[in-house]
Amino acid sequence: MPIITYREALRQAIQEEMRQDPGVWILGQNIAAYGGTYAVTKGLFEEFGAERVRDTPIAEAGIIGMAIGSAMNGTRPIAEIMSINFTLVAIDQIINHAAKLHYMFGGQWSVPMVIRTASGYGQLSATHSQTFENFYAYIPGLKVVMPATPYDAKGMLKAAIRDNDPVMFIEHSNLYGIKGEVPEGDYVVPLGRSDVKRAGTDVTVVAYSSMLKPTLQVAEGLQGQGVSVEVVDLRSLRPLDLAPIVASVKKTNRLVVVEEGWRSYGVGAEVLASVQEQAFDWLDAPIQRVAGKEVPMPYAKNLEKLCVPSEADIEAAIRAVL
Amino acid sequence: MDALLQREMYRQMLLIRQFEEKCAELYAGAKIGGFLHLYIGQEAVAVGAVNAFGPGDDIITHYRDHGHALARGLESGPVMAELCGRETGVCKGRGGSMHIADVSRRMWGGYAIVGGHLPLAVGLAHGHQYRKTGGVVACFFGDASTDIGEFHEAMNFAALWKLPCVFICENNLYGMGVPITMNSAVQQIVEKARAYGMPSERVDGMDVEAVHAATLKAIAHCRAGDGPYFLETMTYRFRGHSMADPELYRDKAEVEEWKRKDPINAYRALLLTKNVLSEADAAEIESSVTAEVEACARFALESPFPAESSLYDHVYATPV
Repeated sequence: MPIITYREALRQAIQEEMRQDPGVWILGQNIAAYGGTYAVTKGLFEEFGAERVRDTPIAEAGIIGMAIGSAMNGTRPIAEIMSINFTLVAIDQIINHAAKLHYMFGGQWSVPMVIRTASGYGQLSATHSQTFENFYAYIPGLKVVMPATPYDAKGMLKAAIRDNDPVMFIEHSNLYGIKGEVPEGDYVVPLGRSDVKRAGTDVTVVAYSSMLKPTLQVAEGLQGQGVSVEVVDLRSLRPLDLAPIVASVKKTNRLVVVEEGWRSYGVGAEVLASVQEQAFDWLDAPIQRVAGKEVPMPYAKNLEKLCVPSEADIEAAIRAVL
Repeated sequence: MDALLQREMYRQMLLIRQFEEKCAELYAGAKIGGFLHLYIGQEAVAVGAVNAFGPGDDIITHYRDHGHALARGLESGPVMAELCGRETGVCKGRGGSMHIADVSRRMWGGYAIVGGHLPLAVGLAHGHQYRKTGGVVACFFGDASTDIGEFHEAMNFAALWKLPCVFICENNLYGMGVPITMNSAVQQIVEKARAYGMPSERVDGMDVEAVHAATLKAIAHCRAGDGPYFLETMTYRFRGHSMADPELYRDKAEVEEWKRKDPINAYRALLLTKNVLSEADAAEIESSVTAEVEACARFALESPFPAESSLYDHVYATPV
C-alpha cells in the first residue's frame, strides 16, 4: 500500500471527489495558483480550472455565507479557512446558518458543505495559535471531525464531502507532513466513529489530532516499563462516539484525556463527564485531563513550549491514575 | 402593463395588509409569540419586486418577511400556521415569524441576523452561475443592514464575481429605533452600491409599478451575465419596528405624512382611474381577501402543535 503524507491524502480525497462529482468545488484564500497555504490544493487549479478552484478575497464571513448559499442551490462547496483562529470571523454564519438552517426551516433543504481549516502553532503568537474545536463540537446540526492519520484524513474527507450536512473538517499544521499507509482509489471512513489505535489493558488514554502521536509515543515508552496503554483516537468530536471509550474504561478502569486546547470547558471536560455518567462504577481513579495552559499563546519559544501538552505531561497524567 | 398582473398586485398588497393586521390581533391574543415585525406600509416593495422574478429565480429576505412570502405565492394558511407555531406551518412550526420559507417556490426564507443573509444570497447566485441555470436572486434587506460587515463582503463578492443578484434595499429610514441619519455616514444607500462599481437606482417604494419596472430592468441586467444590480426603494413602515415598539423615536406627524402615501390606496385609485378595476371589481377583491384572511387564521388556530416526539427531527439531513 502506498505511504503518503497527510497533505497528499487530503489532496487525493478532494481530487477524486471533484473528478467524480461536477458539483464539488473549492474556495478559499490562496488555494488556486498559490496552491494553498499548506499546499493541500496544489495542482487542483491546473486540473480543474478557475470555476471549480476559486480564490476568494480575505472575507471569512462572506466566504462561509456564500458557500452556504451555493450549497443550498445545488453545489457542494469545500471552503478552506486558513486557520481555525480565523473561523471566529465567520462563526455567526457557521452556527446561526450552516448548523441551523436544516432544522429551522423544517427540513426543507440542507447545507451539504465542508469547511476545511487547521489548528496549529509555532511562534505565531496569540491570535494565530489557539484551537477552537470545542466551540464547534458544542453545536447541534454541525458535524466536527479531526482526523490524526493520513488514512483517516482521506477517508473522512471523502465522507464529509458526500455528507449532506455541514462538516467542520479540522486539520493541524503539525500533521500535514506525517506519513502513513493510504489505499489508492476510493474508500470512505464514516464520520462519527472513534477508533482504538493501540490496544492495552492498564489505562485508557483518549487523544485526537496533534495529540495522538505524542500519546502513542508515550504508550510505546511505557510498554517497556510494564504499563499497557490503550489509546483511543476520537477522530470525530460531533457526533461523539463514546461506546469504544466506555468499553475500554470498563476493561482498564482508568482514563486520561489529552487535548491541545485550553483545559477549562474543553473537549476533555465533555469526555470526562460522559464517561463518568456511563462507567462510574468501573473507575478506580479520578479521570485526568491533559490540556493546554490557560493563557493566550505567547511568542517566546520556551513559553510557547510550556503551553502545549508534552510527552512528559501525558506520562505524568497516566502515572497519576495508576 | 398587463391588467391581470395589475389586479394581482393590488390583491397581493391588500392580502399582505390584512394578513399583517390579523397577525397583530393574534399576537395581542398570545396566539403568536416572540417577535412580530409587520410589513404594513411597505407592501409595494415586496409585491412590485417579487412579481418581476420567475419560478426559477430565488427570493431571500430579512425578518420582516410575511409580505415577501405572500407575494411569492406561499399560501396564507400555512404561513399563519407557522406564525402560530403549528405542525401545519411552512416550517413545521420550527421557524416562526422571522423564518418563513418554502423551498418548492424557491423562497429561501426570512433571516433574523441583520445582514446575515446577504452572503447566502450571493451564494445562491453563485449556484446559478456555477450550474448555468440563468436564475437570478432577489435579496431584500433594510437600510440599517448596510452598515454591517457582511453587507460589504456580500457586495464585493457579487460585484467581483459578477453574480446574478438583485440587491433590494428597503430604506424605511429607521434601524429599529434609530434614524438613518444616526446610523449611516452616507444617506443615499445607492452611494454604497457605487462604491462597489455596481449599477444602481433609487426608486419610489410606495409606487408598486415603479418598483416593478425598476426590478425588471435589474433582472435583465443580471440575467445577461453583467453582474449584480442594486435598488434602493424609499418606503416607510406605518407601525413600530415590532409589536413591542412604542415608537418614541419618531414624530406622529411624520407617520401621518407617509400614511397619506399609502401604496394600496394609491394603487386602488390609479387602477380605477385607468379602468383596470371597477368599484365592483375592487369590492370583490376586498371581500375575497377578507375571507381568505379569516380562513387562514381559523386554519392556523385549529391546527395541532408539533408532536413532542418530533423534537429531534431534522437536526441532520444525513443520519450518522
